[in-house]
This record gives sequence, structure tokens and C-alpha cells, in this order.
Amino acid sequence: MLYREAGQFKTTYAEDMAIFPIRQDRIALGILLGIAFVGVPLLATFHIWPFNSEYLLWAILLPFLILALAAIGVNILVGYCGQISLGSGAFMAIGAYSAYKLGTGVHIPLAWFGFAISIPPLPVLPSILLGGLMAAIAGILFGIPSLRIKGLYLAVATLAAQFFFDWVFLRVPWFTNYAPSGSVNAPRLDFFGLAVNTPIERYLLCLIFITVFAVLAKNLVRGNLGRQWMAIRDMDIAAELIGIRPLYAKLTAFAVSSFIIGVAGALWAFVYLGSWEPLAFSIDRSLQLLFMVIIGGLGSIMGSFVGAAFILILPIMLNLIPTQLGVPLSTETITHLEFIIFGSLICYLLIKEPHGFARLISIGKEKLRLWPFPY
Amino acid sequence: MIGLGQFLEVLIGGLMSGVLYSLVALGFVLIFKASGVFNFAQGAMVLLAGLALVRSLDLLVAWGLPLWVAIILGIGFAAVIMAITAWLIERFVIGPLVNQDALTLFMSTIGVTFILEGAAQMIFGSDAYPLRLFPMDAWFLFEDLFPGGILLNKLDVWGGFIAGILVAGLAIFFERTKTGRALRAVADDHLAAQSVGIPISWIWFVVWLAAGLVALVAATVWGTKLGVQFSITFLALKALPVLIIGGLTSIPGAIVGGFIVGAGEKIAEVFLGSYIGGGIEYWFAYVLALVVLLVRPQGLFGERIIERI
Repeated sequence: MLYREAGQFKTTYAEDMAIFPIRQDRIALGILLGIAFVGVPLLATFHIWPFNSEYLLWAILLPFLILALAAIGVNILVGYCGQISLGSGAFMAIGAYSAYKLGTGVHIPLAWFGFAISIPPLPVLPSILLGGLMAAIAGILFGIPSLRIKGLYLAVATLAAQFFFDWVFLRVPWFTNYAPSGSVNAPRLDFFGLAVNTPIERYLLCLIFITVFAVLAKNLVRGNLGRQWMAIRDMDIAAELIGIRPLYAKLTAFAVSSFIIGVAGALWAFVYLGSWEPLAFSIDRSLQLLFMVIIGGLGSIMGSFVGAAFILILPIMLNLIPTQLGVPLSTETITHLEFIIFGSLICYLLIKEPHGFARLISIGKEKLRLWPFPY
Repeated sequence: MIGLGQFLEVLIGGLMSGVLYSLVALGFVLIFKASGVFNFAQGAMVLLAGLALVRSLDLLVAWGLPLWVAIILGIGFAAVIMAITAWLIERFVIGPLVNQDALTLFMSTIGVTFILEGAAQMIFGSDAYPLRLFPMDAWFLFEDLFPGGILLNKLDVWGGFIAGILVAGLAIFFERTKTGRALRAVADDHLAAQSVGIPISWIWFVVWLAAGLVALVAATVWGTKLGVQFSITFLALKALPVLIIGGLTSIPGAIVGGFIVGAGEKIAEVFLGSYIGGGIEYWFAYVLALVVLLVRPQGLFGERIIERI
């Protein structure tokens, strides 16, 4: 009844091409943004339920926002351009470590040439964005094989990036500023003189980042470039025949995707972890991101959010349920049970809805449009 | 200065450990050939088989059975476990997902990996268990030619021997038996195979069973070398570059790829590692695979990928 687009006439081309052409969608989005930008910080400031402790904000919402950003990046590559990547964790690491090096000052002694390159410590915002840029460059380099190979072969090629960079950040002490333990601390978070310290401030910072990037990504995939990516995904030979350059389309997808993943990595390290070691960006992280994208829905920006929420919240729920029920289980058994249930749910979802939550949502919308009639 | 003797020792050691990678890679090739599924769960299957074997062995020996009876019963028990696993996977995961695209199937095997890892450790325990099926000492060859001779682990020789038997057995199975022919038919074209009356779900069960038994063999060798423990699942990832180098559809390719990766990474570690900080074994195989992919996208022995619109 409520969700009906009858009577909403599009009179201009711009209206017809709007991101959310249906008024109800716009209203829902406005409410959602209002809650995210105003409601949550207000509730958290006054410690009203469910924000009486910082747990929800710190342990769920903050990682959710950052991983959703990374998932958008992965979705651009895997979902829109059809290039499978198992190296997303490495690109997050590149973003994080580049941002760290730029934030603490870069010094490259080039003894052979008789001079050294020194860059003074940059402020936080430029170093995060430049960290993303570094990840984009690495993404282009590791994307070059995609011109010759595809599918699962490419997945193994991106594994090379994952393991190579794991090793680099573990073994090359230059990246960690010669920290003896190999773990590094983020510089002070200072945005144009505003210090970002409390969980609420951190949450708002990530929220701003993800809103900006989600809008950018959504517009990118609607435009010329996004259509080239999708053409390459659907059938690359046919796309080439109608005049799309595979080199340009594939490498831009790698660059844009790695840039977003790199920024997410820098945020993950700076804002969420604070101090980290290479283990934070291992192959497990790559698989987790891939799961988010596939469960959420390939080729859907909104799906990235839903997938991130699902993959992140599911283990927490699985952890909570036995303690809530008071079942006496050893922590070891719970860990293994978590593995089993998680795996089964993944398989179940893939069998029931291979196109992810995004498809479920659009089916739901169709049903709502006709409600209360079945057709 | 590194002498010829040391070089040979590293080379042989590398080749032999490469055989062990091939054992895991064989399981991948089997499933990929017959169903086009890129089976991420092979490492978890090795873990499951190893745990089932070593735990039942411990129990049977504790009951006072002679060792050889215990070994036969233990291997039988582990084989039954792998058969049940194969049936469950075919019935509940791969069967319902028939005709989905490769990425979905690949992700579902990652889901299977989680299930197998959790179940195996919950049922059989999650410690590291030593397995002693093969001799662990070493031979020293050519002691009159090189100072100190060349060290050769007996276990590695056993591994090579077993891999040889396995490949010969699989080759006969694929080429000579009726089921093997049906397998190749299914690999070629699911629909055509089904329409001439080949029962696809039975064939897939056989394939997963074969992969499970290969995993069991790999588990006996790896378990003797490292002990049966969780970290064995990471071997599966090492088998991926082996596959890429050898070609995803070729059984001899898996063996040769294993040789190349094993020898390459050992030699690189010993002769290059000291210059750039050690631990290159960790990524060398993958970068090697990347280079091979750039030159020969189908791998050394893979079938040429031809695409049409």
C-alpha cells in the first residue's frame, strides 16, 4: 500500500536517471541517514539503550562501516568487472602501511645515486588518501595478469599478491619504522585541527568516508566506466568487439577497487585497530571480504552493506547464543561449532539464493509493490 | 662457497617435498576434471582424513591390537569417513548447486572447508598428533664423492614411491575402467553425459571419494612428516600454484608442477633467501605461478583454453 510508485511521473531525463527514482526509497534513505548521522551519536552521547556501553559502537558499528567500505571496493572488481580477487587483504595492508609511512615521514636513502628522498610527515587525511593511491598502483600492477588470464586462474594470481605483501610487511623492517616487535602504532588522528578520539567521533569519521565513497562508487558504476566493466564481466570477447578496450576497463576496475580497499585498510588500521601487525590483513581477511560480496550480492553497492553486516554479526551472534542459553560448552567446542554453523549457513545461502541478499531485497520490493495482492 | 654436493642435496630435498605438494594437488585435479569445481576444501579433507586415521590408530593400539591390524583397520575407518564425507558433500552441497557458475561453486567449497575443519576438530580433537607410519631416518649417499655425502630422507623416498603408485593407479582408473570413461564423459559435457544415461550424482560421489582417498594418502605422508594438526590445511593453498604451473586438468602436470615448485622454492630459499631476508618459501611458489600464467595461461600441461562467442 505504502510502497507504490503510481502517480510519480518523471518529466525530465535527470529525474528518470536518478539513483533512487522512487520517492519511498528516497524517504527511507533519508531516514536511514538521519539515524546514522544524528540518531546514533545522540543515543550514544546520552548512553540510551542499546548504546549504554560502548560495545555496540566500538565492536560492531565501527568495523561494519570500514569493512562495508572494503566490500564496496571488492564488489567493484568482483561483482562489476568479474575479476575474482583473493588478494583484497593485501591491498588493505598496502593502504594501511603506506598511510602509516606517509603519516610518520618517508625517508628513502638512495646510496647508489648519492642522495635521499625525504618526505616530511603528512597530515592524516592526505596520508590515508595517498595510502589508497599506493594500493591503486599496486592493484594496477597485479591486475596486469588479468589481461591474459581469467576466472579461477586469476584468483590464484591474486593469491600471489596476498602472500608476497604479507611477507614484505613482516620481513622488511623499513615499513614498520624498525619496530622491534613488528607491530606499529597509528599516528594521532587529527583532521584539520579536530582530534578524533572517542568512539563516537571515530564512528562519524568512518560514516562520512563511507557515505562519500558509496555515492562515488554508485555513480561510477552507473556511468560509462561502470558499463564498460559490466560488459567485460558479461562477456569479454563480445565487449572487445563492440569497441571496449579490455586493458583500460580491467585496469581501471583494479585501480578504483584497490583505491577504495586501500582507504578502507588505512581506516581499519588507524581508526579501528590503532596498533596492528601484518596478521590483521591475512588471507582470512580476503576470504571474509569475498564472502561479504557474494552473500550480499555481486554487482550491488547496497549488497555490500548487507553482506558486511551479515558476515560480521553472524559470528558474534553464534558466540552469544550459547552463553545466553547457559549451555555449558568449552570455548574450544564453541569455536568449532561456530566454524560448522558458519560454513553450513554459507552453503545454505549459496544454494537457496546464489545471487545474494541484494536479490532477496529486490524480490521483497516487487512483492511490496503488489501487496496485498499476490500478483 | 656452496659446493655441488650441497646444491644436489637441496635439489633432491626440494624435489621430494614437491612430491608431497603434488599429492594434495592431485585431489584438486581429480575434482576439477570431473566437475569443474575448484575444490578449496582439499586441505580440510587432508586434515579430516589424517585426524580420523591417527585417532582411530591410537585407540586401536590402546586396545592391545597388533600394530599391522591396527593400521589396516585405521586406514579402513578413515576411508569410510571419507566416503561418508564425499556422499554428504555431493548430496547436500554440490548436487543442489549443479549448473551454477564457477565462482558460486568455489565459494561453496570454502563453506565446506569451514564445516570440515570444525567437524573434524570437534569429533577427533584439535591437538597435534604424531603419526608414525614410515621410517623417519635418513640415508647419506655418495659419501666418497662429496664431504658429508648427500642427505636423503627415507620418508621423502616413500612419498615419491606412493605418489608414483597413485598416479599409475589413477591413470589406469581413468583410461581403462568403465567408471573412468564415464568420469571423462561427465568432465567433457554434463548434459551430454546425462543424456546417454550416465548417473551424474553417482559419478560425482565417486570423484569426491577418489579425492578423499587421495587426501587420506597425502595425510599419511604429511602426518608422518609434520604430525597431524590444523596447520596441515594451509598445504592446500600451496597446492594451488602447483596446479597452475602444471595445468588445472592434467594429472602428470600436478606431479611435474610439484617438482618445479618444491625444487624451485628450496633452491631460491637457500641461494637467494640470504640476500633478501629469508622466508621467501612463503611466497615464491605463488610468484612463480604468476610468471608461468603470464607466459602460458593454461599451465605447462593444461588443455588450451579456446573461447568462442
